Amino acid sequence: MSTNRRQFIKISALGTGGVAMAASAYGFAGSFLSVFDSSDEKKSINMKRYPTYCEVCFWKCAAWTHVNEAGEIVKIIGNDDDPHCNGRLCPRGTGGIGMYNDEDRLKTPLIRVKAEDGGEDTFREASWEEALDLVAAKMKDIGDYYGPESFALLKHGSSGKHFEHLFKSYGSDTIGEPAYAQCRGPREAAFATTFGSWVGSPEPTDIRDTKCLVLIGSHIGENMHNSQIQEVSDAIDKDVTIITVDPRASTVASKSKYWLPIKPATDIALLLAWMHVIIYDKLYDEAYVKKYTHGFEELKKHVANYTPEWAYGITTLEPAQIRKTAVEMANAAPAVIVHPGRHVTWYGDDTQRERAIAILNGLLGSWGKRGGFYLKEKIKVPKYPHPPYPHPQWSWENLGEKYPLAQMGVTNELVNASIPELAGEHEIKAWFVSGTNVTKSIPNKKVLEKAMDAIEFMVVCDTMPMDVTGYADVVLPECTYLERYDGIRSATNREPSIALRMPAAPPKYDSKPSWWMAKEIGERLGLGDYFDFDKYEDVIDWQLQKMGSSLEEMQRIGVKKFPRTSGPMYFEDGEDFEFATNTGKIELFSTELDELGFDPMPVYTPHPEPEEGYYRLNYGRAPMHTFSRTANNPNLNDLMDENVIWINPKVAKNWSIKSGQEIYLKNQDGIVSSFPIKVRVTERIRWDSVYMVHGFGHKNEKLSRAHGRGANDTELISNVKIDPLMGGTGMRGNFVTFLTDNPNLVES
Amino acid sequence: MRYAMAIDTNKCVGCTDCVVACQTENNVPIGYCRDWITETVDGTYPNIEIELRSERCNHCDNAPCVRCCPTGASQVADGGIVITVEDECIGCGACIESCPYEARYTHPDGYVDKCTFCLHRVKEGELPACVAVCPTKCMYFGDLEDPNSDVSKVMKFRKYKTLAPEAGTDPHIFYLI
Repeated sequence: MSTNRRQFIKISALGTGGVAMAASAYGFAGSFLSVFDSSDEKKSINMKRYPTYCEVCFWKCAAWTHVNEAGEIVKIIGNDDDPHCNGRLCPRGTGGIGMYNDEDRLKTPLIRVKAEDGGEDTFREASWEEALDLVAAKMKDIGDYYGPESFALLKHGSSGKHFEHLFKSYGSDTIGEPAYAQCRGPREAAFATTFGSWVGSPEPTDIRDTKCLVLIGSHIGENMHNSQIQEVSDAIDKDVTIITVDPRASTVASKSKYWLPIKPATDIALLLAWMHVIIYDKLYDEAYVKKYTHGFEELKKHVANYTPEWAYGITTLEPAQIRKTAVEMANAAPAVIVHPGRHVTWYGDDTQRERAIAILNGLLGSWGKRGGFYLKEKIKVPKYPHPPYPHPQWSWENLGEKYPLAQMGVTNELVNASIPELAGEHEIKAWFVSGTNVTKSIPNKKVLEKAMDAIEFMVVCDTMPMDVTGYADVVLPECTYLERYDGIRSATNREPSIALRMPAAPPKYDSKPSWWMAKEIGERLGLGDYFDFDKYEDVIDWQLQKMGSSLEEMQRIGVKKFPRTSGPMYFEDGEDFEFATNTGKIELFSTELDELGFDPMPVYTPHPEPEEGYYRLNYGRAPMHTFSRTANNPNLNDLMDENVIWINPKVAKNWSIKSGQEIYLKNQDGIVSSFPIKVRVTERIRWDSVYMVHGFGHKNEKLSRAHGRGANDTELISNVKIDPLMGGTGMRGNFVTFLTDNPNLVES
Repeated sequence: MRYAMAIDTNKCVGCTDCVVACQTENNVPIGYCRDWITETVDGTYPNIEIELRSERCNHCDNAPCVRCCPTGASQVADGGIVITVEDECIGCGACIESCPYEARYTHPDGYVDKCTFCLHRVKEGELPACVAVCPTKCMYFGDLEDPNSDVSKVMKFRKYKTLAPEAGTDPHIFYLI
């Protein structure tokens, strides 16, 4: 029996019997607006449609939610005018309806009831009044006693923005999101260091016009980044050359002219060899390099010995193939993209690998060129007026200060600061978690659980009883994106555009939008001035009016485009351009890293390899799922209800393992998967690694479809290599072996 | 008028969007589907070929499901679209057995259900839901007898194959290869 203070509550202990359709406190029903366009009658017979943008992933595609005469949401269709989706949602967006219909949703606020005499803690249902009073009282207590900085916010997505505003008003900027240090942080740090610009989302990759697309482990098409996969498809129509570097035959590898089945963890060696060929065979863009880059001669010297023959011994890729692909890139230049990827926290030297990618783009002259990287633009949404935020005594910046390139909160440092023996000067005493299932997004479970055990208070806001809710003191049930207003979507793109999200139905059960929760908590804390509005649509309307639109217009059209104001999308030939780096140039040699005492140009470092009988654990995405949040969605679960472990046939033969067989996985530290996982024996994977889709193996029994289905890769990631530059958690240095018998069976 | 579909296997990523879009468009119960994804892998690492394709009823000219139906519920509608009339179907399952593509299933309400090329949408000049949603735009739909239709145009310059040609069903889903 665990004696943890924060004992995990299996939400099966919930007594949520009858479904209470509690009347919403904020008078929702009257605010419906018919946006049915009669000229569209044949398209949506007897249906109303409401604009939204999707929240099943981070791409945020704009769409129309279709509602029938009975008021039921029946389908969601992409908005034709939206550059994120061009009228075509991905399977998750189309299946977003399942998020709304999921009968396992969180239905009412919950408050932890401490067990007496060593029994199990339980949750009891609570009213919003009681739950919000409790959260506000704890925020006040912790703020008074330790300072508001000690209350951390871990967030993701649109809801997180409302709580970010609450926390900044309250005096805490101790904020982090796994999307940085567990995902794309290294590429942002590397591109900022090289080009003076983040990559950002959506990536400014001009794929539709590219002639050569180079993917380093990026599995476009399995990651369903909508407009990006659409453009890859357009490029295939135009006979693009795709070069995919991946130890696994990914879907896009099968569409590639060149698939380089690299030995895992050796990418930097390949990237250096490509630089060598491009420089010494004079394949680089001489004029571009001369005009826009800094440190070419240093780089030339640096890569002198990194020949394809040198790389062959490391990567197992044939020198001729390395040369040939380098020539392909150069022939296509500047319409070539060495793609930065997205989830890039792999081995702990990830910023340096991303630097190598950035440098290659610099040599090929693709930044600011058609078919390379376009110069992105977005439109600023005016800030709704509120008093200035108080200045916190310390923040995420102090917690991450040992990582000089960290540009956002480093979640793993927020976790460490929550454990008294690991915390430095600043200690975190409470967490507010919004829209991120940290037990599946942040690795090193032992440390994470220690942190959740040590903190004094934890609030979780989600739509579903994700595993993380089991650790909470208070659970706040959020309504889905189809049932709420949210902030205006404005993202970087070829041309600025905005999108509106409005509810298509009232919130089911007793769920509420997070803007309402943030406002209610704020008012209880005496921060009413920061929430000077009745309904969130008032804020949106005010902002839209300032932008020359209105709520009424956006309810009608959903998406509005604006002309560019920053100039053309591409550099003119010979145009002067100042990059936001120390030298004003693209830094092939990084003066910033040099000053900080790090390698100014990337070097290859060998990474540990698995012992005999162990295989490197690689993980990735499936096109119908996002993170761990969709595993229980009835529509998406129907498309894929569990993950499987990919094993090369030679390996399977050695183990006498067959497809469909259930096995358990044990990692190098002796951690065994909580659930068995089915085997897929396939030629699509190398013999030295295994692969599974992330986001399965849920422990919460209340997730009726997802519970116990498949394995959770994150729990097997206990060896984490921290990127010294930006604090990212390298997660691909874990090795697993197979247990063909159930390790939980005890002999009688 | 002869409706047909061409699906580009060079572009399909097997994302299953066609499956879920069909389910929500046609009210297909969860656990059932009118279209699905097939993946084939040939060869030995690293020399392998992968094909992903979206499959459904082939709307055959020589449709065994129509010939074997004892009530006439399984029939050919305008434009060669093979349909099942719910009210006339007794759910005997003969058509399910006869189909070489396994394209039919018994709906929980007792009748046999299958792809209709979204006849209700096509009648209104719309594309089938799967074609309209596909993020890779790998599906082309239209009238084979109209040389300017999307499907005719793409088949003019691309190689293609059909599934189970040996069954002699004269299928009308073409896979661009």
